[in-house]
Parts: sequence; C-alpha cells; structure tokens
Amino acid sequence: MEVELIEIRDHMRQFAPFDELPEDALNDIAGHVEIAYFRAGSQILAFGEPIQDLYYVRSGAVEIYRRTGELYNRLEEGGIFGQFGLLQDKSVRFPAKAIEDTLIYCLPEPLFRKLWSNHESFADFVEVEDRSRLRAAMTQAQGDNRMMTAKVRTLITRPPVTAPSIVSIREAAELMTEQGVSSLVLTDPAEDGGLRGENRQRPDYSIVQGIITDRDLRTRVLATGLSPDTPVHEIMSAELFVCEADDFIFEAMLTMLRHNVHHLPVLHKHKPVGVIGLSDIIRHESQSSLFLVSNIHRKHDVRSLKALSADVKATFVRMVNEDANSHMVGSAMAGIGRSFTQRLLELGEEQLGPPPVPYCFLALGSMARDEQLIVTDQDNAMILDDRFDPQAHDAYFLALAKFVSDGLAACGYTYCTGDIMATNTRWRQPLSVWKGYFTDWIEKPRAEALLHSNIFFDLDGIYGETSLTTSLKELIASKASKNARFLAHMARNALNRTPPLGFFRTFVLEEDGQHRKTINLKRRGTAPLSDLIRVHALAVGSRAANSFERLNDVAATQLLPDGVANNLKDALEFISIVRIRHQAQAIEAGKEPSNNIDPEQLSAFERRNLKDAFQILSNAQKFLRHRYGTAAVRPIHNP
Amino acid sequence: MPQTRPIKDTSRWPDRMAWLADHSQDPRLRDFYRAGCRPPETPISQVPMVALDFETTGLDPSQHGIVSMGLVPFSYHRIRLPQARHWVLKPRLPLEEESVTIHGITHSDIASAPDLNLVIDDLLQQLAGRLVVVHYRAIERPFLDGALLSRIGEGIEFPVIDTMDLEARLHRQKPPGFMDRLLGRKPVSIRLSAARERLGLPAYKAHNALIDAIATAELLQAQLQHRFSANTPVGKLWR
Repeated sequence: MEVELIEIRDHMRQFAPFDELPEDALNDIAGHVEIAYFRAGSQILAFGEPIQDLYYVRSGAVEIYRRTGELYNRLEEGGIFGQFGLLQDKSVRFPAKAIEDTLIYCLPEPLFRKLWSNHESFADFVEVEDRSRLRAAMTQAQGDNRMMTAKVRTLITRPPVTAPSIVSIREAAELMTEQGVSSLVLTDPAEDGGLRGENRQRPDYSIVQGIITDRDLRTRVLATGLSPDTPVHEIMSAELFVCEADDFIFEAMLTMLRHNVHHLPVLHKHKPVGVIGLSDIIRHESQSSLFLVSNIHRKHDVRSLKALSADVKATFVRMVNEDANSHMVGSAMAGIGRSFTQRLLELGEEQLGPPPVPYCFLALGSMARDEQLIVTDQDNAMILDDRFDPQAHDAYFLALAKFVSDGLAACGYTYCTGDIMATNTRWRQPLSVWKGYFTDWIEKPRAEALLHSNIFFDLDGIYGETSLTTSLKELIASKASKNARFLAHMARNALNRTPPLGFFRTFVLEEDGQHRKTINLKRRGTAPLSDLIRVHALAVGSRAANSFERLNDVAATQLLPDGVANNLKDALEFISIVRIRHQAQAIEAGKEPSNNIDPEQLSAFERRNLKDAFQILSNAQKFLRHRYGTAAVRPIHNP
Repeated sequence: MPQTRPIKDTSRWPDRMAWLADHSQDPRLRDFYRAGCRPPETPISQVPMVALDFETTGLDPSQHGIVSMGLVPFSYHRIRLPQARHWVLKPRLPLEEESVTIHGITHSDIASAPDLNLVIDDLLQQLAGRLVVVHYRAIERPFLDGALLSRIGEGIEFPVIDTMDLEARLHRQKPPGFMDRLLGRKPVSIRLSAARERLGLPAYKAHNALIDAIATAELLQAQLQHRFSANTPVGKLWR
C-alpha cells in the first residue's frame, strides 16, 4: 500500500464511523478519496445543489446550516457532512460553509453507498448520528406550516365588544349592530363594576361569562318568538369555549372543530382581548377542515352526508400537503368523524323521537384519542341512564344505534370487525353495568379479556349526556393506577406487537431482487406506541385520551426517565406522519390508502428517521417490561 | 531540432507547444505537444492540471538522476487522488547515501526499479493536456528535460505553475534569484510545508514524490482561493 494512502487511512481511522471499519474497507476508502480545499468563509455546499460525495473534514472547521440559515452543527477535524443529501435525493439538504481554511476529503457516492450497505456500524452512524435529529426533522416540518407557528393573537383585529350579561337581548342586538360585530362577549356583572359605569370602557376588568352570536339571535330568539326584553344571559351559550392569545392558531381551530363552535373569545391573563371567528381561521388557512365540519352539520339525510365522504379524503390530503402535523391531522379527522356521528344521532332522533332515558354516545379508540386517520372503522358504544329498562327502552336505542352505525358505514367508516359498536347489546348498557365492566377488567384482570377491551380505555363521550362518560373516566383513573396486576397485564399486552427493527437490513437485501415485503406502520408502529403510552397514562391516573396529552401527564411525574416522554412523542409523531403521508399519496394516486408501506416507497430520510423511531419504541417496550414486571404475570387459572 | 529552453514571453506558450508538435522527432513527444495547452486568458478554474514531484539523487540535472516520480491530476475544485500515479525508478547516476535517508527509498528498491525509458509513454500520457504544477520549478522540468534528452535525444518543454514562485511573489519583492534558490535548496520540503501551514493546510508525516505532489496540488488550490480567483487567467500564473 502506498504511503500517501496510509496517511489518509490512518487519519480517518481515528474518527467515527471509520474507526469501526475493517482494514480493507479503510484501504478502499483511502484509494478513492478526492481532495478539495476551501478558504475560510467560502461556501462548500449550497442548498439544493447536486451532491455526489460524502465530505470528511481533514483539517479546518465547517459549519452546517438549516435551509433557513439557522446553525445546525459545527464540525471539526474528522467530522462528516453531506450524508443527509446522499441518503435522500442527492441534493444538498444542509448548506455547509468553511469557517476556517479547510481541507476536505470527498468520498464518492458509490463508495458511500457500499459502506452504508456493507457495514452496519457505518450505516448506523450516518443514519442515527444524532438523537436529536428526529426532533430536528419534526421541528423543521412544523416550521413550514404557519398554522403551527402563528399565534391566535395575530388574528385579533379589534378589542372585543362586551356587555354585562344582564342587558336585554334588544340592547345586545343594538350594540352588535352599532359596532358591526357578529358576536358579543358577555361579562359577569358582578365583576364589571356596575355595568354602565366607567368600567364599561374597560373590559380588562371583566370576567367572561358567555358569548352570543348572530346565529343565536336567529335560532334562539327570532325562531322561538322569545321577547327581546329577556336578559341576554338566558340565551347565551351555557358552555363557554375560549382560547388564549398565546395559543397556536391550530389549537383554536381544534377547539372549534371539537365543539362545533364558530366564535372563540380570546383571553389573555383571564381577560378578554378579542374574539376570533371561523372566518378568521379560514382566511388564514383557506381550505380548512372546519368547512367540512360545518357542512356536515347542515346536511339533512344520510344520502347527503355520504356525498361528503369524498371531501373527507380531500381535506385529509390538503392538510398533509400543507404540512400539518399528525396531531392536527388526527384531531381534524376525529373531529370530522365526531361530526358525522353527532349529525347522524340528531337525524336519528328526528326520525325516532326523543330518547326515553338520557344516554351518552361513546367514541372509542382512535376517534376518542383524536388520532383518527383516513383508514378507520367505527368503534362506539352507548352508556344509558340507570333508569334504563330493557323491555321498554332497548328497541329505541337499538334502532338509534343501528341508524348511526349504518350511516357511518355509508360514510366510509366501516363496521368494526370485533363488533365493538353500540349495535352490540353488550356495549349498549346502563352506567351501572359499564361500571361493573371496568371494575371487573381492572380488579380481576385476565390477559385475554383485556386484549379485547384495550380500546375501552380510550373513550370519549361525544353526544348526549356526557356526564355519564365522565363518571366512568373517574372510575378508571381512580382504580387503574392502584392495581399493579391490571397494569402488568396491560403492559404485557402492549408488548405483543414489536417494531420491525431488522427491517432496514432486509430492505437492503431486497434491493438485490429478493421477494418483497411490506411493513404495517399501524400494527408495528403507532398501535404498540399508543398501547404502551396508555399503560403509563393509566399508571399515573391520567384522564387524557390523546397520546400526546397522556405523555404530558406522564412527563409531569417521575415515572419515566428524563427525556423519554419527549422521545416517545417524537417517535409517535414521525411514524404517524409517515403513515399519513403515504395514505395521502395513495389517495392522490387514485389508490386505496392503507397502513401497509412498500419499503421501496420510503425515502432514505423516512427510513432513517423511522429507524430512530422504532428504536425508541423498542427501548420503551423494554422499559415497560421491566417497570411493570410483566414476566411475573400469569393468566389466572381458576381451580 | 532546437534545444529546449524555457521561453521568455510566457503568453506564447500555446504557440510554442504547437510549433513543437510540428517539429518534434519523437512520436510520444509529438502526441504530448499536440494535446497542447490552453490559451493564456483561460480562467484557471477551467484548466485541467497535474501536480508533479520528483525525488532526485541531487539538485543538478546534469549530474543527478530521478529516483521516483509522483503525479496527481487535479482542477481548481478537486484533486483526483484515484488517478494519482507513483513510480520508483532506477537512476543512471549513483544514489548518494544522504538521499537514501531523505527519500526512504532503499538501494534494493532502486535495484528492482525500471529505467525511466519504460515509463516515458505512461508519464507523457498523464501529463498531456494538463498544465503541470510543481513546487520549485528548477527541479521537475529540467530533470525531465535532461532525462529525455539523454535517452531519446530530444528534451521537453512545457509551461508550469510553480507554487513556490507564487509564494515568492507574495513574500518577496522580486522573484528568487539563483542564490536564493541555491540557499533555499536544502529546505525545499520545508518551504512547501511552511507555505502550507500559512494557508491552513495540515502537515503530512510521511514524504515521497506522490505525497509531495498531492501537497503541491493542495497548496495551489489554497493559493488560488486566497490570492487569486477562479477567473484568474492561467497566463498570469504559468512560467
């Protein structure tokens, strides 16, 4: 071997990932490098230009930037860069600049590819170089979407028009006309310093009590013939939804979606600083999923609801193309699903008459978690008031359940194959029976039974008497965290599905023409993640259903080591978004979206970050096994 | 056949090469000259180059011989290491003890090495169409000229960029005279490394003809970026 090659080889072998390469691979590299010099201050790589080499810093120092110009990394002797571009589409992802006089060894792409294929340590290094990278990828993606970064305060155009809630409807309407607004924020007269006094001009000192809108005046006054002299608080919305000035716009949008309201008072330090309307958000995001929701609520039969199901796909694709994150997409899709369900229940009640006893319609699983996607079946149930008498009332509720279930199926939400639907007698029961179910599941846990009832621990009351659901949630939160055996069984079930860690090596082999495999991103990714997050959430007594919110609750405790909750969020977000994007691509290509991914469709960027995410999941499963002692759990065999 | 001497007016290098292509007797040299050189106004970034370094038994082409040759093709942007070449040769003139330690080439290496005759073809093909870059032009061009003259009865001429000359232009008011060269002769390699160090280039531990050729190519890239530009006409640089 030539002495000049030894010089190069011996330099590179001091630094990762070259330090773990065998001698012959190092010799191969040394025989192929090209050299380039860059003066301090000169640009080495510009964003988007083609890249054909991996860059190795032989001497000097280099700074790597994000596309936005923000500093990403600083490299010294032995550092490498350019791997992102090589792995992705052979164009520069991260611009690089010499900050000292720098000598670079360039490893040509075919050599890089060969090292990547043949040496796992090398592949790991260039792919999983930095644990924070997954987060960087997520932050980057979100940064492109204004909905994700802009605050509600940027939508406020004027201070809110307010009035004490004891003014008459007529006075309220006059004020709204005079000020040219479509909503009026009503304040608590006790806090408003005697209403008509000087404090009238100082809404800062008032506490928001409610809101009325043009629509309320129309539907609650004119349509009902109510006297205009009635105090306005009698018609104001009893349940008030608000947002904070520092909330992100998408959060305000989710609140509107979730509760089907079109105006949100904006608070800052508990004081009203403005009102934002549906139109403000739609102006901001021209093709909002809110459109669809309000459309759903305007339809009058199943047939016209069914006609909207094409819009669901279109909305989904639009959100994906606008770089919405998985939380936004999942919440929007769940909001749309809830709206279909709610509207069907309203239509059902119109047909069948009012319910004989109060009830609450439950969403379960992904809809309850606000993690619904486009490929989804319906999981629902009904909690009935304890006055329920099967003989007298069940025919009504069965008919209603069937109407909703058939309607949902018509709108694209296929029937649940596990028969977890309100049409199943077992899942259409009074509260006392439901309490018995949950008590049984938690206090006498059996792995098999829990496997099928997992989904009931993600529940959300979406229509009717929602307090019925609240009492069930209280019961779960109070019992589950205290029952180690129950948690151990849940944990064991959460380990049934494992991430495809060996998948990426296989993928390389598949390039050589071996038989093709697909990967189910739900079964091997998001589902086991939400399973294990659910166990932790139950253990800490969280009442949240959404996985991200559950992780917030878990992170507030000492249950998980530092940083783990955030890693899990990143992993869930990334796997979800890959799943979402591939579904959107399938829809755009006119294909049937699915949870199965053909590995050849994955970009190198996705592969790399998926690998990180699966590793996080795998580590979290190991922790779960250890934390809840699942090894000790045996199925109960009654003598 | 005229004797070869470096020409005075360096802007005339293309003409000189063309004339030599028509008048050279040796077919290998004719091919070399036909490949020619770029017009003097060509921006340096568009000129293919080759860094060349010889290890010799001494500094006088008339007395000493070539022990090894290294070359590496390069451009303003890239040094093409995979295309680098290195030959150990058997010099006609005796190898002096002092040189042995300097070069790390032993008598047994030399004993089994070919004569330059056998690699002329190969060498000229590597140089053809590329502008030769050396550090200290009093070595490679005169030694090659002398070696060819004694073997095929005809010397060789070509323009070179001398990275030491470029250093001298900056660090001395006038070009180095013969005495300067003479004084500077022993620490030639030191000069190369000193110039490299000034421009932020790493020191190489080992030395041979190819490493020094690579070092020279790197030095020129650094000099061009620091003191000239991609658009500097090649005629301002060559000698």
